[in-house]
This record gives sequence, structure tokens and C-alpha cells, in this order.
Amino acid sequence: MEHAKMVNIYLYTRYERFWHWLQSAIIILLLITGFEVHGSFRLLGFRTAVDTHSFVGLSWLILFAFFIFWIFTTGEWRQYAPTTRKMLAVVRYYSYGIFRGESHPVPKRKEAKHNPLQRLVYLSLAALLLPIQMATGFLYWSYNSWPAWGLDWLSLPVVAAIHMAGAFAILSFLVVHLYMITTGHTISAHTRAMITGWEEVEEGTRIEDWEQKERKSPQTD
Amino acid sequence: MIAKSNEARCTSCHAGYGWKGNDFDFTDQTGVDCLVCHEQTGTYKKFPAGAGNPAPREMVFPGNGKTYHPPDWNKVAQSVGRPTRNNCGTCHFFGGGGDGVKHGDLDSSLMKPNKMLDVHMGTDGQNFDCVRCHSTTLHNIAGRVYTTPAYEHRKSLIEDDLASKITCESCHSSSPHKEDAKANDHTDKVACQSCHVPRFARVNPTKMWWDWSQAGKKKNGKPYKVKGELERPEYDTLKGDMKWAKDVVPEYYWYNGSIEHLTVKDVIDPGKDVVINRPVGDKDDIHSRIFPFKVHRGKQPYDKVNKTLVVPHLFPKGPADADAYWKTFDWGKAIAFGMDYTGLPYSGEYDFVETSYVFPITHMVAPKDNVVACKECHAHEGGRLAKLTGFYMPGRDNFRALDTLGWIVVIGALLGVVLHGLGRVFTANGRKEQ
Ligand code: HEC
Ligand code: HEC
Ligand code: HEC
Ligand code: HEC
Ligand code: HEC
Ligand code: HEM
Repeated sequence: MEHAKMVNIYLYTRYERFWHWLQSAIIILLLITGFEVHGSFRLLGFRTAVDTHSFVGLSWLILFAFFIFWIFTTGEWRQYAPTTRKMLAVVRYYSYGIFRGESHPVPKRKEAKHNPLQRLVYLSLAALLLPIQMATGFLYWSYNSWPAWGLDWLSLPVVAAIHMAGAFAILSFLVVHLYMITTGHTISAHTRAMITGWEEVEEGTRIEDWEQKERKSPQTD
Repeated sequence: MIAKSNEARCTSCHAGYGWKGNDFDFTDQTGVDCLVCHEQTGTYKKFPAGAGNPAPREMVFPGNGKTYHPPDWNKVAQSVGRPTRNNCGTCHFFGGGGDGVKHGDLDSSLMKPNKMLDVHMGTDGQNFDCVRCHSTTLHNIAGRVYTTPAYEHRKSLIEDDLASKITCESCHSSSPHKEDAKANDHTDKVACQSCHVPRFARVNPTKMWWDWSQAGKKKNGKPYKVKGELERPEYDTLKGDMKWAKDVVPEYYWYNGSIEHLTVKDVIDPGKDVVINRPVGDKDDIHSRIFPFKVHRGKQPYDKVNKTLVVPHLFPKGPADADAYWKTFDWGKAIAFGMDYTGLPYSGEYDFVETSYVFPITHMVAPKDNVVACKECHAHEGGRLAKLTGFYMPGRDNFRALDTLGWIVVIGALLGVVLHGLGRVFTANGRKEQ
């Protein structure tokens, strides 16, 4: 196979990178302390785990509100807009092509940082999993105020069960996500991109119309 | 066991000062001895079987071989004052006939405790007397468990200093911890005592087991006693087998401030442990809290036919008493006499059943650094609240199926990526390699 020439492009802005790493740290901390509260292992001690989990969880809720505000005011939300296009191609790539050394069918570039599979996974994660986790977490935290807020009909075991299911889903996502990072054209390419903002992509890759950040003309196909 | 027919001994503490016979009026308040509570010389001692009277002259009590002197009435009468811990302790530390026999949180170690034993009564700290908390209105001592029913309010003393129920909240409010402290979120379900009295009988041992069925054994034809490790009787011909313990972890029950009692008329099920008294309360009752208790267990006689507990006559009324157990060691006679005296039916057949009796644990509040650790309750196995169910506690409870499924998915994901990775290594992956 022919080796394509690589060029550096600036993929992630400073704010995005900051947000990504902050959120990673938060999620990992929440996973560790959450599973300790659950009784899966002993690390910080129950009390510190509870206090840390509640503190980090609440701080995250506040930060998340800023994040939502940011992606909507900057139009970045499009990065996460789902598309079925090339989805099959991507699935085919990860399950077959990657082993043959093929190039990624939807390379990264500034206007389309996420390939279709990633988009779907990220979207379901961001649009579903994280908010569910945040909502159930917030309810869990406010348990003692339920009567005052007229929420007596809620049940702690049910809220805890949903929160637990979410925790398992997030942990599974993390495992796959960490692995996906190594599937760049070098093992560390994606990681480097997320640190410096720059990633190498093959030169001359055409940016498809539907991947454009700004759509100049309405879609016709 | 029960006071009836043993009054001359029991009335040293229980109402009935000057008891002479069955027609004694127990409701008459003049039958209350002022001096036990109010004298301050510490020399006013009752003669153990003197119906609440001190020894009128020098007398030896055969039960312990000690000599009891008559009090110096002048000094005693001149010393009358506010009751101290020693006054109240005369009865309350020795309930049941000895130090720490009944309550696990009221014994002679509270006469001069340090702060480690009790933050309130510690002589190196607040040095509270009992009446600092047990405030009285015309001698109605606050804090009754057996007659006033459940807590209705947990008032602050500032709102109502004559409240008939005293609670820790009376002085501390229900959120005494730092703002945001998780402990404040517990106080609607978990009593203060559950966290703040980590163990009871921390200095002196308390009796945990009393098996009357073993009483009556003799050595060389004579009654005898055996002392155990904790310097307390393990065997006594008069009383049977006993077990004592120190530093005991309480048992926990829902409790709304009142305790329900079995009476000698209630029918029991001898096939099961007989619960003589039980804390009233329920997880769904807003007035109930999870509260610590000492559970005293033992064996005592019952009527095999009528299925009731019985009232044996223990303490001889005089040299001519041929029925008292502590003289004849004959349960049959002692029970027949006791039941007849109380006017209760008795079939003539007795056996022994296992019984339990609870005492609320409230005193011996430890310093704030010795609080029960979160993990002692929030543990999967062997936690302090393992026996209480029907509510969710993180760390203690989980959903089996969800946990299993969750871990299968996580491990599945892990296996998936490992296989995928291996696949890449062993196939022609490889922009890099090429
Ligand atoms: C003469 C012995 C004696 C003295 C002294 C004494 N008590 Fe009592 N107290 C008893 C007996 C016996 C009972 C239980 C019988 C009853 O409920 O009437 C009792 C009951 C109580 C109760 C209620 C217990 C319950 O669970 O209902 C409180 C509280 C109490 N005493 C506090 C005190 C305080 C405080 C003092 C010191 C000022 C004190 N007592 C002095 C014998 C005594
Ligand atoms: C820090 C305050 C405080 C002090 C000091 C205190 N108590 Fe209490 N006591 C309580 C509270 C609170 C209760 C629980 C009352 C209730 O449940 O309604 C109680 C309950 C009792 C009871 C009945 C419950 C039981 O355990 O059977 C007795 C008897 C009693 N106290 C005796 C005493 C004696 C004797 C002293 C002194 C040695 C004393 N108390 C000192 C707060 C105190
Ligand atoms: C008569 C009022 C009163 C009552 C009733 C009372 N307390 Fe206190 N308590 C005090 C005072 C006063 C202090 C000392 C405050 C200080 O040192 O700052 C104190 C201190 C404490 C402390 C802190 C000890 C430390 O290490 O600093 C604890 C814990 C505590 N109380 C628990 C309880 C519990 C549990 C009860 C119920 C059994 C109770 N209190 C009932 C007045 C009371
Ligand atoms: C879930 C357990 C728990 C319960 C229930 C609980 N506490 Fe505490 N309490 C603690 C712990 C832990 C501390 C140690 C202080 C800290 O580390 O925050 C404490 C500290 C205290 C202190 C000392 C506060 C200080 O900062 O000096 C007081 C007073 C006190 N508790 C009173 C109470 C009273 C009164 C109640 C009932 C209304 C109660 N506690 C219920 C766990 C508990
Ligand atoms: C005496 C036993 C006991 C101790 C000690 C205890 N807890 Fe709890 N905890 C409970 C009980 C009972 C519940 C359930 C309460 C309910 O359903 O309202 C609970 C519930 C909780 C909850 C879930 C409900 C909520 O309020 O968010 C958390 C979190 C919690 N405890 C944290 C702690 C921490 C942190 C500590 C140590 C500072 C601690 N617990 C110490 C008994 C205990
Ligand atoms: C990545 C996201 C999160 C994960 C993986 C996670 C995980 C967990 C787990 C496993 C538990 C133990 C549940 C149990 O055993 O009952 C837990 C408890 C809890 N979670 Fe989360 N959680 C997350 C986010 C949040 C958020 C955003 C909040 C909001 C404040 C929150 C609040 C709580 C609370 C209050 C508890 C009970 C223990 C405590 O008070 O700390 N969680 N969490």
C-alpha cells in the first residue's frame, strides 16, 4: 500500500482540549469514588469517597452548564450531530480494514473531528448517558430534600439502581474509548492531538460537503 | 424476674419506701425517700433487704457479708442539696442487684468518669450531673421511657424547658454538625446515640446473659460462687450462670421512644425466644430512629401448661420462710408461692425458656473523634445494621443482577478491545510497520 504524505492540522482548540481533559479527570474521579461508595474496593475510605464524589459531581454539574452554553453559542454542537453516512464504512474499517492497514475512511479534520461511529457513540454518551448520570446523581445528592421538594414518590433504590447502571455503562465506554485512542496512524497520534491540538492527517484529503462546519448550500443529495 | 413477693429487697430502689405488707399504697408519694437523692454526705446507705430503710443499728447483710452502719442523721439531714450523679447512681448504677447488671450505659464508672467515657459527665470536661439533662418539673423526672409514649417532638429546651421527653436535640438541635456534613442528613433516620455511643460498658463490664436454670448447684452441699475473668461472678448458686462483657457493640432497632412489655399474663411461645420487652418503632414512622440497645438474654422459668412467665419467690421473708428459692433452692415451691401471692394461676409444672430484654443505650457518649465509622454501617457484610432491612444504604445494599450484568459488560468490553488489539498486532496492521 502506498504511504500517504502526512500534514499537521490544528484539530482541537485550547478550550476544547481543556474541557476534554477536565472532563476526563472528573469522570475518572467519579468512577473511582463512586465504585468505592458502592463497596467494590477500598481506597480513600468511605467517608472521603462520599465527600469527594458529591463535591466533584456537583462541581461537574455547574461546569457542564457552561459547556452546554459554549457549544451552542459557538456552533460546535454540529461536531456531535449524528450521521449515518459512512457509518457502515467506518464499522467495516474497524472490524476489517484496520487489520489490513487501510486508511481510515473518514479522516479527522478541523471541520469534522469525529467520524460517524464516534459521533453516534459520543452523542449517545453526551446526550443520554451523562445527563442521566447527572440527573440521578443530583437526585441522589438531594435525597434528604425530597419531601421538601414534593419528590417523596421517588425511591432511593430506584435512583441508585439507574445511577449504578449508568456507572457501568460509562466504565465500559471508557475502556473502549481508551483503546480507540491507540487506533490513530500511530499509537499515540490521537493522544498527542488532544494534548497539543495538532494531529497529522493525510495530505489532500477532501473535506466532504456534509462534513463542512458551515453549510453554504442546502443539501441536495 | 419480677419484684412481687420480693419487695423487701426491691423496694430499696423501686417505689415502696417503708414497705410492710401487700396493702402498701404504691401511689402514695410520701412513700418516697427524699434522702437518697438529696443527701450529699455519701454515707446514707440502705440496708439491702430493709425495704428501703438504712440499717437502724450496725447490721451485717448476709448476702455480701458487709456491715451496714446507721447514718449520722444530723450530718445527712444538713447536707440536703441538688442531686448529684452519686445520688441517682445509688439506684441506677446497681439496678438488678449489682454494678452494671441491667443497663450497659449506667454503672459506677459514671461516678467519676473521664471525657473518654462520657463527654457530658466527664470530670475533666463538662462534669454534668444527671439532672442537668434529666430536668424535673415538681419531681417528674424527664426522660421516661416506660410510661410516656413515643417522641412527639424533638424540641429544643429553649422552646420548652419542661418537655417531658429529653433528647440530645434538646441541646444540640438536629443539625449539630458542620454545614454539609453527611451526618446531618442522617439525623432523621439514625439516632444521635447510634453514632455517638460506639460501644457501651467501656470501663466496667455489664451482664449480658443470665441463666436461672443453672441455679441451685452446690459444692460440698453448700452454695458457691465462681468469679470470671472480668472480676464478676460467672456462677452463683443463688442466680445461676452469668456472662459479662466489656466494650460491647450495641444492637440496633427502630425506636420511637417507647418500649412495649410482656406481662405475666401474656401467653408466650416457648418454642421461640421470648421477647420480654421490645422497642416500638418502624422505618416508615417519622418519629422513629435507628437506636442502639443492650440486649440482655437469659433463661428463666415459665408455666409449661398455661404458657406464661412465672413469678418465683426468691428472697426469704424471715427465718421461717420455707418457700423462698434462695433458701430452699426448690423452684417448684418458690414459683407456687410467688404465683399464689400475686393471685395468678399456676399449673404446677414449670420449665425454662430463653428470654431477651432490651435496654436503650444513651449515656457514655464518646468524644467526637471516637464516633462509629461510616463503614461500620455502610458495609456489605457484618455491618452494624445488617439485621435492619427495607431501606437502601449505599455500600451495604446492591442489586445483584445489575452488578453481575454490569461487570459482564465491562469485562466484555475489555476482552473485546484486547482481542481487537491482538488482531491488529497479528495481522498486517500497519501503516506503522510498513
Ligand atoms: C431510690 C432509688 C432511685 C434513685 C435515688 C433515683 N432513681 Fe430514677 N428510678 C428508680 C426506679 C426504680 C425507676 C424505675 C421505676 C419507675 O419507672 O417508676 C426509676 C426511673 C427513672 C427514670 C425513667 C426511666 C424510664 O425508663 O422510664 C429516669 C429518667 C430516672 N429514674 C432518673 C433518675 C435521676 C436523674 C435520678 C437522680 C436525681 C434518679 N433517677 C434517682 C430509682 C431511683
Ligand atoms: C447528656 C445528657 C444526659 C445525662 C448527663 C444523663 N442522661 Fe439519662 N438520659 C438522657 C437521654 C437523652 C435519655 C433518653 C430519654 C428518652 O429516650 O426519652 C436518658 C435516659 C435515661 C434513663 C432511661 C432510659 C434507660 O436507659 O433505661 C435513665 C434511667 C437515665 N437516663 C438515668 C440517668 C442517670 C442516673 C444519669 C446520671 C448518672 C443520667 N441519666 C445522666 C440524657 C442524659
Ligand atoms: C443539657 C444539654 C445537653 C444534652 C441533653 C446533650 N448534650 Fe451533648 N453537649 C452539651 C454540651 C454543653 C457540650 C459541650 C460543648 C462543647 O464542648 O463545645 C456537649 C458536647 C457534645 C459532643 C461533643 C463532644 C466532643 O468531643 O467535643 C457530642 C458528640 C455530644 N455532646 C453528643 C450528645 C448526644 C449524643 C446527646 C444525647 C444523648 C447529647 N449530646 C445531649 C450539652 C448537651
Ligand atoms: C451518621 C452518624 C452521626 C449521627 C447520626 C450523628 N452524628 Fe454527631 N458526629 C458524627 C461525626 C462523624 C462527628 C465528628 C465531627 C466531624 O468529623 O465532622 C460528629 C460530631 C458531633 C458533634 C461535635 C461537633 C463539632 O464539630 O464539634 C456534636 C455536638 C454532635 N456530633 C452531636 C450530634 C447529635 C446531637 C446528633 C443527633 C441529632 C448527632 N450528632 C448525630 C456523626 C454522627
Ligand atoms: C449508625 C449507622 C450509620 C453510620 C455510622 C453512617 N450511616 Fe450513612 N446511612 C445510614 C442509614 C440507616 C442510611 C439510610 C437513611 C435513609 O434512608 O434516610 C444511610 C444513608 C446514607 C447515604 C445515602 C442517603 C443520603 O443521605 O444521601 C449516604 C451517602 C451516607 N449514608 C453516607 C454516610 C457517611 C459519609 C457516613 C460517615 C460520616 C455514614 N453514612 C455513617 C446509617 C449510617
Ligand atoms: C461519571 C459520572 C458518575 C459516575 C460513574 C458515578 C458513579 C456512582 C456510583 C457507582 C455510586 C454508588 C451507588 C450505590 O452504590 O448506590 C454513586 C453514588 C452517588 N453519586 Fe455518582 N456517579 C457519577 C456522577 C455523579 C454526579 C454528577 C452526581 C451529582 C452530584 C453524583 C452523585 C452521587 C451521590 C450523591 C451518590 C451517593 C453517595 C454520595 O453521597 O457521594 N454522581 N455514583
